[in-house]
Amino acid sequence: MQRFTELYRELDQTTSTRAKVAAMVDYFLTVDAGDVAWATFFLSGRRVRRLVGAADLRRWLTQASELPEWLVEETYASVGDLAETIALLLSDRQRDRPFDGVSLTDFVTNQLLVLAQLDDEARRQAVLSWWQQLPYDACYLVNKLMTGALRVGVSQTLVATALAEVAQLPRPVILHRMMGDWQPEAAFAEALLAPDDGQVVLSRPYPFALASPLEKQPGELDVSSVEQMLGERAGWQAEWKWDGIRGQLIRREGKTFLWSRGEDLITNQFPEIAKAAESLPDGTVIDGELLAWRDGLPMEFSALQRRIGRKKPGKKTLHDIPVIMRAYDLLEVDGIDIRAQTLRSRRQQLAALASVFPRTFQLSEVIGARSWVQLQALREQSRARRVEGLMLKSLDSDYATGRKRGDWWKWKIEPHTIDAVMLYAQAGHGRRSNLYTDYTFAVWRGDELVPVAKAYSGLSNAEIDTLDKWIRAHTRERFGPVRSVEPLQVFELAFEAIARSSRHKSGVALRFPRIRRWRRDLSADQADSLMTLEQLL
Amino acid sequence: MRRSELALITHAHADHARRGADRYIAVRDSVPILRARLGNSVRIDAVDYGEQLELGDTRVSFHSAGHVLGSAQIRVQRGDDVWVASGDFKRDPDPTCAPFEVVPCDTFITEATFALPIYRWPPAAEVAREIHEWWQSNARQSRPSVLFCYSFGKAQRVLAELMALTSECVLVHGAVAKLTDLYREAGVQMLPTQTLDLRTRRDYAGELIIAPPGAAGSRWMRRFKSASTGFCSGWMQVRGNRRRRGYDRGFVLSDHADWPSLLRTIDEVGATRILTTHGHSDTLVRLLRERGVDAQALALSEPEDDDAALH
Repeated sequence: MQRFTELYRELDQTTSTRAKVAAMVDYFLTVDAGDVAWATFFLSGRRVRRLVGAADLRRWLTQASELPEWLVEETYASVGDLAETIALLLSDRQRDRPFDGVSLTDFVTNQLLVLAQLDDEARRQAVLSWWQQLPYDACYLVNKLMTGALRVGVSQTLVATALAEVAQLPRPVILHRMMGDWQPEAAFAEALLAPDDGQVVLSRPYPFALASPLEKQPGELDVSSVEQMLGERAGWQAEWKWDGIRGQLIRREGKTFLWSRGEDLITNQFPEIAKAAESLPDGTVIDGELLAWRDGLPMEFSALQRRIGRKKPGKKTLHDIPVIMRAYDLLEVDGIDIRAQTLRSRRQQLAALASVFPRTFQLSEVIGARSWVQLQALREQSRARRVEGLMLKSLDSDYATGRKRGDWWKWKIEPHTIDAVMLYAQAGHGRRSNLYTDYTFAVWRGDELVPVAKAYSGLSNAEIDTLDKWIRAHTRERFGPVRSVEPLQVFELAFEAIARSSRHKSGVALRFPRIRRWRRDLSADQADSLMTLEQLL
Repeated sequence: MRRSELALITHAHADHARRGADRYIAVRDSVPILRARLGNSVRIDAVDYGEQLELGDTRVSFHSAGHVLGSAQIRVQRGDDVWVASGDFKRDPDPTCAPFEVVPCDTFITEATFALPIYRWPPAAEVAREIHEWWQSNARQSRPSVLFCYSFGKAQRVLAELMALTSECVLVHGAVAKLTDLYREAGVQMLPTQTLDLRTRRDYAGELIIAPPGAAGSRWMRRFKSASTGFCSGWMQVRGNRRRRGYDRGFVLSDHADWPSLLRTIDEVGATRILTTHGHSDTLVRLLRERGVDAQALALSEPEDDDAALH
C-alpha cells in the first residue's frame, strides 16, 4: 500500500504523460501480480461498490473534527472533494508510515472490502482509525478508494500503455484484455501480461472504434474543404449518425452479451435484443446503436434513458418504448476477429449477415450520394430524419482501437443556439472546486426569466476566472453552494435537440446544452424568449 | 481612489498602498519598496516599530505584522479606546522580516484570507526541503525547475529559506530581481541570484528559476523546455487549485495567517470586537459570533498579492 501511495503521488505530481507511464511501469515491474491487478483496476477508473455512504462520512467527519457542522459543510464546499476535505481536516503530513508491509491487495481485501461486513459502529471505528492514524497522502488515498474513482489524470489507454511496455505486447492487445468484466486478482494480471495466444474470454467486448469531429473553428465546414480533407467521395462510406446508445453485441457459444460504450453489461435491460440475437450464428460480434424506435423513426432520447434505467423492464415499458439495434459494423465472424480487415470487406459480410437479421435488428443504411455536394444536400435533412448528421468512414479503414484520427469522422449538423441570461451559479468539483463553473440559464417569458438549461463551462480558463469574480461581486442570494446572481450576463448556448418536458418549469428540455460564447455585447433584455424555443419543437 | 491628506501604510502590496494621498507614513524598511511602487515624488515619512506619533487627538504606532519586509499593524489610541488594524499578517517564523507582535487592543481588524480549518501550514523549513528535493530531482533529469512565487515577499522568503540547504545561484525574473535587490539593501540574507537575461540563449537544464505567477503559460515560459513547474502559495493546500492551473507541484507556503494562527491571535490580543477583511470573512465572523465574540465583516477593495487573489 505504501508503494501504491507513492505511485499515486508520482502520478499526481506531474503533468507529463511520459513521466506518468514511467512511474506506472516502474510500479508494475516491482509489485506482485495481485497488486498489478488492483492497481490496474483503480487506475483505469474502476471502483469498488460503495462501502460507506457519503452522509455517514460527513457525519463522522463533523464528530471527529469537533467543528460546527455548518463549518465542515462550508469547508467541503470550498474544497469540492470529500476525500480531500477529510484528509485536510483530520490528517497530518508528519505522521509515520503505518502501511509498511501491507500490500495493496492486503489492504483492499482484508481491510477495505471488509467494511461491508461490519456493523455500523465497527465500520465507523475502522474508518476513524484510518483518519486518526494515517499520514496525509495515505488518508486521502484510502478515502478516495472508499468513495469513488481515483481521478489522477490517468486514462485507461495510459494504463494500457504502461502495461503493454511491461508485457512487451502491442497496446491494442492489452486494451482488449482490459475490456468487460474481470476480477482484480493475480490470475487476471498474469493473463493480462501473458504472451498473446489468441484466446478470447467469452463475454469480453472489443474496444470501440471512435470517430473524430469534422469541423472548423469557427463556423461550418463547406463542401470544398471537406473534399480537400477527405479526397474522393468514392473512398468513403457515409451513414446517418444516430443519437442512441452505442452498443456491442456478442454472440458466442450460445450466449449473448450486450455491452454499452461505457463497458456496462446491459443485456438484461434490452431483453428483446438479447432474445433476437439467439438467431445469430455463434461467434458473431456486432457494433451498433440501440435506438428507441416507433413508426420508422427514433423516439426522443429521454425514452431510451427510461429504458436504460430499468434493470428488468416490464411488459408495458417494452411495449411503450420498443428498441432496435442498428448494426454499423461486424467485428467477429465464426469466432474470428476480423477488425484488421478493411471496412469494405467487413461491410460486405455485415450485409450478408443482415439477410438473416431478426426484426429488431436493422442494417445501418449506406448513403448513396455520389458527390460531396449531393451528400451535403442530404445532410441538410438530418433534423427531419432525427439524426445528428453523418458518419464518414474510409472504406480502407480497419476497426481501430479507440480514436484514430483520419479514418472515421462525424460530420454533425450545426446545433441550435439561443441567447440566455445567467441566473444561478454553483461551484464545480475537483479541479474546478473553488470556482463558479456550473451555471443555470434562463430565457424570457413575458417579464419573467424562466430557467431552461444548466451548462458547465464551455468558456476559456481566463473567462471562467473573470466570470467567477463577477459572480462573487454580483451575488443576490446564497442557497448553500448555489448563488443567484444579478440577471445581467448573456451567453449563447448551443444544444442538439429540444423536447417537451413536464419536469421543467419552462416546459421544455434541451439536449446537451453547452456554452458557445459569452455575449458581453448583449444586455439581458436582448436575450431570447421561450417562444423562440417553442418554435423549434 | 478618493484623495486623502494622510495615509498610514501597513505594507507595500498594492491593495494596501495606493496613490492619491498627500502624505504617507510607513515603517522604515518598507519605504524603498513603497517608493519603487508609488514613485519618487510622493512624500513618505519613515517611522520605526513602536515609535509614538500624535495625529490629531489620537496616538498612533506601528508594530510588526510578520507578513513581508517592513509590514506593520497599526495601533490607534484615542482616550482609552485602542484599535489595531493588522493589515495582512502571519505568525510563522520568516527570516526576511520581523516577527508578529501581539498588541493588546479593544478592536482588532484581522484578515481572513485563509479562514477555513483546512488551512494549517506545514513548517516553512520543511516546504523549503520539498522545493529543494524537487529542484535536485529535476536537475538529475536535466530539467529546469520553474517556481512561481509572488514577486514581493514570497520569492525572497523562498530564497532565504533555501540557504539552509544550498548555496547555489538561483535565476530570477526581472520583476522578482527588483524586489530582491531592495531586500538585500535592507540586509536580508538570501541565496545569490542572477537576473534572467532573455536576449542570450542558453540551456536552463538543472536551474531553479523564480518567476511571478503572471509569467506562467506565457510566451516567456516557452524558453524553458521540459521544465517542471511549481507554485508557492497557501492555496496549494487544495489539490484542485493546483490541477486547474496545471502546475506539476504545489508548495504550501503562505505569508498569511493560517486557521490556527487566526484563532490564536484573536484570542491573544484580547479584543472585545473583531472586524474581518478579505477571503473567508463571513466564515470567521459566524464562528466568532457563535463563540460569543462581537464580530463583523468589513467590505474592502480587492487584494493584490497572489495568495489573497486566487478568487
